[in-house]
Amino acid sequence: MDITFKNVTYIYQRNSPFEHKAVDGLSFHIPSGSFVAIIGHTGSGKSTLIQHLNGLTAPSEGEVHIGDFKLTNEEKPKNMKELRSRVGVVFQYPEHQLFEETIAKDIAFGPENFGVDQKEIERRTKEVIRQVHLPEELLDRSPFDLSGGQKRRVAIAGVLAIQPEVLVLDEPTAGLDPRGQKEIMDMFYELHQQEGLTTILVTHSMEDALKYADHILILNKGKKFMEGTAVDVFSQREALQSVQLDVPEVVEFLIKFEKKIGKQIPFHNQSMKELAEEIRQVVKGVDEHE
Amino acid sequence: MNNSLIIGQYVPGNSLIHRLDPRTKITIIFFFVFIVFFANNVLSYGILVAFALTAMLTSKVPVRFIMKGLTPVWFLIIFTFILHLFVTKEGTVVFELGIFKFYSGGIIQGFAISIRFFLLILVTSLLTLTTTPIEITDGIEDMLHPLKRFKFPVHELALMMSISLRFIPTLMQETDKISKAQASRGVDFRTGPLKERVKAVVPLLVPLFISAFKRAEELAMAMEARGYQGGDNRTKLRELKVTKLDIMGYLIFILVVAILFLTRTYG
Repeated sequence: MDITFKNVTYIYQRNSPFEHKAVDGLSFHIPSGSFVAIIGHTGSGKSTLIQHLNGLTAPSEGEVHIGDFKLTNEEKPKNMKELRSRVGVVFQYPEHQLFEETIAKDIAFGPENFGVDQKEIERRTKEVIRQVHLPEELLDRSPFDLSGGQKRRVAIAGVLAIQPEVLVLDEPTAGLDPRGQKEIMDMFYELHQQEGLTTILVTHSMEDALKYADHILILNKGKKFMEGTAVDVFSQREALQSVQLDVPEVVEFLIKFEKKIGKQIPFHNQSMKELAEEIRQVVKGVDEHE
Repeated sequence: MNNSLIIGQYVPGNSLIHRLDPRTKITIIFFFVFIVFFANNVLSYGILVAFALTAMLTSKVPVRFIMKGLTPVWFLIIFTFILHLFVTKEGTVVFELGIFKFYSGGIIQGFAISIRFFLLILVTSLLTLTTTPIEITDGIEDMLHPLKRFKFPVHELALMMSISLRFIPTLMQETDKISKAQASRGVDFRTGPLKERVKAVVPLLVPLFISAFKRAEELAMAMEARGYQGGDNRTKLRELKVTKLDIMGYLIFILVVAILFLTRTYG
């Protein structure tokens, strides 16, 4: 489903001393099937933005289009439930939403609410537990017996079981150990490609944005600060630093390399192997000159 | 999340009312609550209303914000007024509507009760609007201090109060977050038959309780790690101090009370 924001503004607690613009005149377009990273500091409006994607909040001004659904301040889609069944949201620390006695029941909770029949639910439960790399034997256990990382996987499975077309991830790796972070991100990337999902990832990690996203949106104080491919965005180191954002290590390395060696290697999202080859070429060139 | 309820919400500021000692505010409001019931004619009610409105304007909290915050209370006030119209049968009949007769006593009583109600709510919400929860508990702790002689756990009580006040916004946020997460999984909290809506509360309450217990445990641990020990010899970061401003506050209030007793009808 294509996602379009047209001049979206969201104001918290309007007409009170606490009035506060969380999102301010935001416009962008996300084509169906793309992997988009949204980056910004705490309070930049990321979380408010994603709540518009499945109609949890309606814009104070402007329009949000998600596929055929249209959200404005005046009109909400009548079939909100359908919108929510097609846009799955994994919130920050999703393990906090677990509540059922068994893992199977918790995973089935979403599909049940959306009226999926029992047989299909059973099939999906088995499928998603495998997708999140948990053993099927766990299904009859209580989710509260699990470790933090496992709980998170169960919660993610609960969202996947809804089989959404758009998957929204709000810092899905926060608080996990490095290995867990990589496993979870790889899992989402695999799903994104296999199922042809539109994935929207809210993250603080420039490395993740570089590695997985084909489009990056940077927010600052509720406004769009920058937008483009990883190469477009991360080539502008100074602009990013002006809003206290870092560039990925590769870009940092290339800049230092240029300073030390005096030769420039342009950043084009190269892999580690390509980069090594490029460095070899450059260094060889330097040697031959001498 | 709930934009309309202001009771318990603090609006930062530096007005005269904000700067009053919390004990002064609590004492004045405590007596005001009693005084309200002594007014019995137009003039005495007028004085109370003038006092409350002056306090409200001095506090510099936007009037529109307060009035909007009182919306749920307006309903109650109007309801009491209407109840009095129908139920009180004193005085003369003012007008008739079908089988209903409206008495002058009913109208007057209705007005009087509504004004009392309004004044009580307005003044008490002014307290929380202009005083931080910490100040309020510090004030209460200090005022209850004499009870310590009777082994009343004043400090523990104050601590409990400030902890619960401190965690109200946290719990509200948590509720908001979890209800949004469950709504994304297709729970409908707003529509549908009552039975379904009651059932929809379970996925909200279970996670809330779990996190509340976890939070309590973590807080206890953090307090112990930092060597918390309640009670005697514990010093305070913010010492409460009575200033000229407080004395003026008391004097003005005493004046208002005096005028009230002069103007009210006796006998």
